Amino acid sequence: MHLKLPNKIIDSLRRMLPAFIVATIVTFTVGIYYAILNSPPDYLQGDSMRIMYVHVPAAWLALSSYSFLALSCIAWFIFRNPIFNLFAKSIAPIGATFTLIALVTGSIWGKPTWGTWWAWDARLTSMLILFFLYIAYIMTWQTITNKDLAAKISAALGIIGFINIPIIKFSVDWWNTLHQPATISKLSAPSIHISMLTPLMLMTFAYVLFLITLFLIRYKIEILDQKILRVSS
Amino acid sequence: MSKKVKKRLITILLSSLVLIIATLLITMNLKDNIIYFYSPTELQGASIDKKNIIRVGGLVKEDSYEYNDKTKIYSFIITDNSNDVDVEFVGIMPNLFAENKGVVVEGLAIDKKKITAIKVLAKHDENYMPPEVIDALKKEGQWQEK
Repeated sequence: MHLKLPNKIIDSLRRMLPAFIVATIVTFTVGIYYAILNSPPDYLQGDSMRIMYVHVPAAWLALSSYSFLALSCIAWFIFRNPIFNLFAKSIAPIGATFTLIALVTGSIWGKPTWGTWWAWDARLTSMLILFFLYIAYIMTWQTITNKDLAAKISAALGIIGFINIPIIKFSVDWWNTLHQPATISKLSAPSIHISMLTPLMLMTFAYVLFLITLFLIRYKIEILDQKILRVSS
Repeated sequence: MSKKVKKRLITILLSSLVLIIATLLITMNLKDNIIYFYSPTELQGASIDKKNIIRVGGLVKEDSYEYNDKTKIYSFIITDNSNDVDVEFVGIMPNLFAENKGVVVEGLAIDKKKITAIKVLAKHDENYMPPEVIDALKKEGQWQEK
């Protein structure tokens, strides 16, 4: 079985790669302008709250990337089409990087607001586990030389790790944590002012474009890797 | 859908179900270990070892924050509006520490109503507002200090 449609979509997206790169740079410029210069400080936290504009989108995309990875693993398990492994392999290092960005910026934010770089609360710990899950997934492919075996083990790992995503999301509601609950997903009154929501949304948009750009590049590399393997074997 | 695909679909659904149930059982049983801090009310019901470091969190009670110049001891009360815990602390207070704001203290419990803190962490909420908006809201009497 061969999936023609995803390949077709990715081919046409790849032709738009230069446009994605330009769009990423432009939105990041506008987003950072709003985040640093054209938005007010927080009434309580002052300027340190601006770290949110890099921290929150990174965390959102770290979770979304893992969901995409896990869904690809499930699709591979059911349909056994190697294209799904390429999806998962392409997104893994990107997701790991976003997780690391969220962890590091969170730590830098934590020091001036909470008074500590790190706390072993449920949100922070489950986020660290997410980082290890990404690393484990990447390492499975790199250390197991038998590709069929690597596919099976990495898919199992990716699927089992999926359980961590709702744990991260709801950790702040289920348990007492130092980390505050979500600002955006609340259905009640908005708890962030529009002048701060604008830079946050711009930065999120920039992050998404950046993610797509990186994914297209990574996917191309994975395809080339496969071709080299086929020729050399 | 071929027979093989159907079989795999069932496998994955069943194993997901087992995984979710297992995780729920584990997290529910580990509740006491997963929570980062006790609320003053939870502390009353918890079995605490006076030699172990514990964390208690809640709001800093209004008009309870004091600093003793001679002994260099900060003292305040953590409340969850039904139970109170007294805290004594020597060290550096975080910038965001204030009355009516969230706080988490780490330290040794003298008893269930009194803690000697080793570390004080400020907990901030999920609301972000510019200072002018807060002023305007306060003027209109719409801003509630929690």
